[in-house]
Amino acid sequence: MEAATLTATGIRKSYRGRTVLDVDRLELAPGRTLALLGPSGSGKSTLLSILGLLERADEGTVELDGRAVTHRDRDARMVMAAAFQRPYLFKGTVGENVAYGLKLRGVGGAAASTRVAAALERVGLGGWEANSALTLSGGEAQRVALARALVLEPRVLLLDEPLASLDPLLKWRLTREFARILGETGTTTFYVTHDQDEAQVIADDVAVMNTGRIIAHGRVEDVFGLPADEWTAAFLGMEPALSGVVAESEDGVARVDCDGIDVYAVSGVPVGAEVLVAVRPEDVTLFEARALLPPSSARNRIEGVVVELTHSGATYRVVVEAGRVRMAARVSRQAVADLSLETGVGVTAVFKATAVRVAARGVPGGV
Amino acid sequence: MEIFADALRDGIAAFSQGTIDVWGIVWTSLQTSGTAVFFSLFLGIPAGFFLGTRRFIGRRLLITIANTGMGLPPVAVGLIVAMTLSRRGPLGDLDLLYTRPAMVIAQVIIALPIVAAVTAAAVGAVPREVRLQARSLGASRIHEAILTLAEARLGLVAAVAAGFGQIISEVGAVTMVGGNLEGSTRVMTTAIVQFTRMGKYGPALALSAVLLGLIFLVNVLLAAGQHSADRFERT
Repeated sequence: MEAATLTATGIRKSYRGRTVLDVDRLELAPGRTLALLGPSGSGKSTLLSILGLLERADEGTVELDGRAVTHRDRDARMVMAAAFQRPYLFKGTVGENVAYGLKLRGVGGAAASTRVAAALERVGLGGWEANSALTLSGGEAQRVALARALVLEPRVLLLDEPLASLDPLLKWRLTREFARILGETGTTTFYVTHDQDEAQVIADDVAVMNTGRIIAHGRVEDVFGLPADEWTAAFLGMEPALSGVVAESEDGVARVDCDGIDVYAVSGVPVGAEVLVAVRPEDVTLFEARALLPPSSARNRIEGVVVELTHSGATYRVVVEAGRVRMAARVSRQAVADLSLETGVGVTAVFKATAVRVAARGVPGGV
Repeated sequence: MEIFADALRDGIAAFSQGTIDVWGIVWTSLQTSGTAVFFSLFLGIPAGFFLGTRRFIGRRLLITIANTGMGLPPVAVGLIVAMTLSRRGPLGDLDLLYTRPAMVIAQVIIALPIVAAVTAAAVGAVPREVRLQARSLGASRIHEAILTLAEARLGLVAAVAAGFGQIISEVGAVTMVGGNLEGSTRVMTTAIVQFTRMGKYGPALALSAVLLGLIFLVNVLLAAGQHSADRFERT
């Protein structure tokens, strides 16, 4: 079935006088997966419910392929399907659960059985039709929930934190599987999550939401590469983008002067342009101060001082300051020990010119 | 123990010789109680579904009223229905007092709050997200309601069992509005009271045995339904 375009415009929603959603515009491009990232309570699930025509907005329009649709439009709802954080499987067998939506569409008998079997096969549960749905493990149940949506061959698939309640190992396995399945089906997908790593694996596009508003929207590499503002930077574990001026440009590499610190970036921005630059923490490697480094493709070598060191799961987040320039690096526990990293210690931050995202000021997304 | 032996002998005789129309009484009971159960479920399940799933002003009050109704004294119901249907009552023109419909009305009033309250509790325990999930797969409001009731089917079996049990074993209200008229409104419970008062323990014991057997049979059927619903319960 042809992938759909879903657009939300001017969506407003309030609960008891408090505005929980205020979205000017959000578009799901046909056949692409848009991940909506944001902290808990930011309005992500409410937006999903409105986009999926499960809930009414106080104001605004949802358009499916350019046609305005509402929650009363059952034809529109019939081309969508959703799975949620808790896979609410109905009492009965796995097969009955997966066939539920087909039954509502008048598909029964052998046709339904074939499609159910294929959907279960796709999520790695081939032959599980007769198992009781309520005795499954969390991961199995989540796959059944996905199969129950996929079996309908929806034109729009809505997934609301489908992996959030799983243990990390299973979550990563299913993240990769979901990414593969969504890639194969080519369905327009809206994927709500608060996990940016998951979003990067699953999605083509990403939108970041806070307190009911979309504050960044674009391709994954753009949104993650260059935070739109301070809040987004903090949410993505980065430092805010640096301001600078392109001082020189040669062979596609621009030298950006950021308050006296030179940052090299692969960019076509003309000399003299005022730009924002940013680099992902995982692209920055730290060495001892004034270390003699062998020649490499890493063009940027910035001497700075550690001003923040925070434990973040299996890694550390280190903020390095050089003049007025601040950047974050993500390093291993071993690197912290080897470099004796602590606040006030001098380091050399090294990163490639290709790792630097550049945008003309006022223009979101990289250039 | 002789009194029981004599009663048992008399009871068997009453059945075998047809001196008392035991089966007519049983049939009247089944007809009135069956009709009352049907209307209690027909009205009580939708009412309970509404109370259990919708959010509206006054919902808590209505649930409290339904819960209070579970403890309605049958004689009080019998009194109100008798007064309402009496010649001077507001529905006196219908001329229903001492008829089977009057008994059905009283039984429905007694059982309705039980069915509604138990249904409300059962469907209220089904997470709202189940309905949202069904809606997201294309379900209409009717489909959502059917699915919710199916998810709450263990509770619904309990609602049916509680409603039926209350209706079939009730005696006070049906006596007051039915009058225990032989061949017309005499049901098992009123007949048992009548025979006991007359010292005819045999037929009273025989009818009690049939009544108990009937309740047992219905509960066996409900238990089978419950077992079938139980197969897919969360473990």
